[in-house]
Amino acid sequence: MSNILELHNLKKYYATQKAVDDISFSIKQGSIFGLLGPNGAGKTTLLRMITGIFFPDSGKIQFDGRAFDPLNDIIKIGYMPEERGLYKKMKIGEQALYLAQLKGLSRTEAMEKIKFWFKRLEMESWVNKKVEDLSKGMSQKLQFVITVLHEPKLIILDEPFSGLDPLNANLIKDEIYGLAQRGSTIIFSTHRMEQVEEICDHIVLVNLGQKVLDGTVSDIKQQFKENKFSIKLRELPNALDHSSFQLVEQNANALTVRIQDGFKSNDVLQYFLQQNVTIESFNEILPSLNEIFINLVENTNASARAFQKVTA
Amino acid sequence: MNKILLIIQREYLTRVKNKRFILTTLLMPLLIVGFIAVSTLLAIQGKESHKIAVVDANGFFKGNLKSSGNLNFEFEEGVDTLNYISKGYSDIILIPKFEGTEKTNYIIRSKKRISIITEGNISDRINAAIEDKMLQDAGINKGSLDSIHKQSQFAELKAVEENGGTVKESNAALSYGIGFGSGMLIYITMFIYGAMVMRGVMEEKTNRIAEVIVSSVKPFQLMLGKIIGIGAVGLTQFLMWIVLIVGLTTIAQAFIPHDVLEQVNTLQQYNGQMPSGGMVKAGEAAQQIYKVQHTFSTANWPVIIGCFIFYFIGGYLFYAALFAAVGSVVNEDPQDAQSLMLPITMPIIFSFIIMSNAVQDPSTPIAIWASIIPFSSPMVMMARIAYGIPGTVPYWQLGLSMISLIGGFLLTTWLSGKIYRTGILMYGKKVNWKEMGKWAFRRS
Repeated sequence: MSNILELHNLKKYYATQKAVDDISFSIKQGSIFGLLGPNGAGKTTLLRMITGIFFPDSGKIQFDGRAFDPLNDIIKIGYMPEERGLYKKMKIGEQALYLAQLKGLSRTEAMEKIKFWFKRLEMESWVNKKVEDLSKGMSQKLQFVITVLHEPKLIILDEPFSGLDPLNANLIKDEIYGLAQRGSTIIFSTHRMEQVEEICDHIVLVNLGQKVLDGTVSDIKQQFKENKFSIKLRELPNALDHSSFQLVEQNANALTVRIQDGFKSNDVLQYFLQQNVTIESFNEILPSLNEIFINLVENTNASARAFQKVTA
Repeated sequence: MNKILLIIQREYLTRVKNKRFILTTLLMPLLIVGFIAVSTLLAIQGKESHKIAVVDANGFFKGNLKSSGNLNFEFEEGVDTLNYISKGYSDIILIPKFEGTEKTNYIIRSKKRISIITEGNISDRINAAIEDKMLQDAGINKGSLDSIHKQSQFAELKAVEENGGTVKESNAALSYGIGFGSGMLIYITMFIYGAMVMRGVMEEKTNRIAEVIVSSVKPFQLMLGKIIGIGAVGLTQFLMWIVLIVGLTTIAQAFIPHDVLEQVNTLQQYNGQMPSGGMVKAGEAAQQIYKVQHTFSTANWPVIIGCFIFYFIGGYLFYAALFAAVGSVVNEDPQDAQSLMLPITMPIIFSFIIMSNAVQDPSTPIAIWASIIPFSSPMVMMARIAYGIPGTVPYWQLGLSMISLIGGFLLTTWLSGKIYRTGILMYGKKVNWKEMGKWAFRRS
């Protein structure tokens, strides 16, 4: 499938820091893409360039096969920033109508879409309420509706589940899947790795303004796996020592082993079979994204970055 | 373009539909007219009548001290300070014997405290009676003196200004009124609506809706839409006030008797004089009304109103953009706004001071220059225009002032747009004017 978005060597420097320092990646149409990174890694700046709020200092953005033209392409993008914002004193229906019209929908079109989405997410009774009367979760839902109302080709969601209860989070998650199935591409920016593992096809990890990881979730896990396996035995053999593996952890009859270089998982299995013990389970342990994330970001002064001077 | 219209529409409608806006718009003229009506009513009805006993040791005042209006002087025998209340008098005046020409104290005792106006009236009456007596003593016939007073033609200064080949009547008091009034209105507008723009921008920033909107429209469009929308609110409010005040005045005019109006019309036809040999003499009321109308007609209203609208809008746009820039850099703390606003409010206040001098003396160099520089021109030029174009304000000054104001607001809007674009998405950092300057002047 074609790429909806391609970033080529994007750079954006502020006076005191390199917010985005030479980042390139591409996103396939219809995929759910995870943009990860610690606080202050440059995610928001990157997203603001993709949404046309900022211009990159250098580099190119290709959108839908052509050079990105913020003025005209903006209607094809829906952006839900991390910091939610709505007019507190405005009625919800009017607010949604206004923001949809700003995206370029006609009044009648916007009304239709509002009716559709409000019905779908069971928000019809709110139409004449003001935002200040809504709970945090409710306004979160409203914000999501406003973001996707104009059926954008590219939907950018910054921490979409924060503040939602599990029920509503699932509701939104299903909508995200549905939108992707109908051909929208979703960029999903978050710190919550378990959500990324669950939802995203493809991820990019940025740190200190640079890209440090790029690939599908399973590829990345393969890339960072440490050849660990967990074995559960009915009874322990006499000896737990073999050149094919190294014992990492033992918890009664549950073992964690690392397979040594030059050996395969079958060699380990063979060893235990020969010991004549009953094997109850044998699983590969893949690192969680969380572990990979922490490993990559730790010790990089990510948190101190905001106060650093640009030296290069 | 269409998006700016949407923004203008929202900014305008949310404010105009606001209950507080509707109330102030409707109540303000009612309040003003009501205040005038009530104070007039009080002035008329507030006078209580006084029945005053005069105890005159000279026997002179009886017949000379005239009762009229709410003052009734009585000269009953046997009234004194002990029994005047029981005899139905409200006050008693004790007049001592005349001795020489020294000032003497006349004592008035009252049941209730008398008002300062009544006190003045009584004193005037007594003095008039004494003056009559002195005239008589000096052998001057009071009757002939009165007739001289009545018949003599007093000089009435009529100012006329050169106006090309023709001369035109002018009225300094009216010019002062118009100049000060319109300057004051512009001053108020700048503060009220400028601050409204600033608060609107701050609201969008602290609510974090700015980021949602600038992913749909350019920050500059958002700023411009807000400025124009709120400007339209201001214009609406002023128009409503004008319509309401004119409407209420028309209603009030309906209470003027028909024959008075006819007399006013005749006066207008004959330039202030009743036609010679006319059977009727214009009544006092008709003459008053004619005088007011005539004075108002000496001003060049189309030019003044045209210029007022221009400077009203121009001045608003000039300062609203600056207020928007300040709003965009303020974080949650309103105190930051106070200190950042100072460089904007100072020139407005200075302009007001210059304006209040310029309405008295519209041709000083400082008034001329302040009416050309866009920071102060909206107020100061209005003060000068009331004195006439091209007499007081030559065409070149007016032209230069207008062009520099247009250039001025284009410049402030452009610079503010650049500050706004950066400021609206920047959180947590305290920004000063130096930094704002850097944003404004850096290349896109």
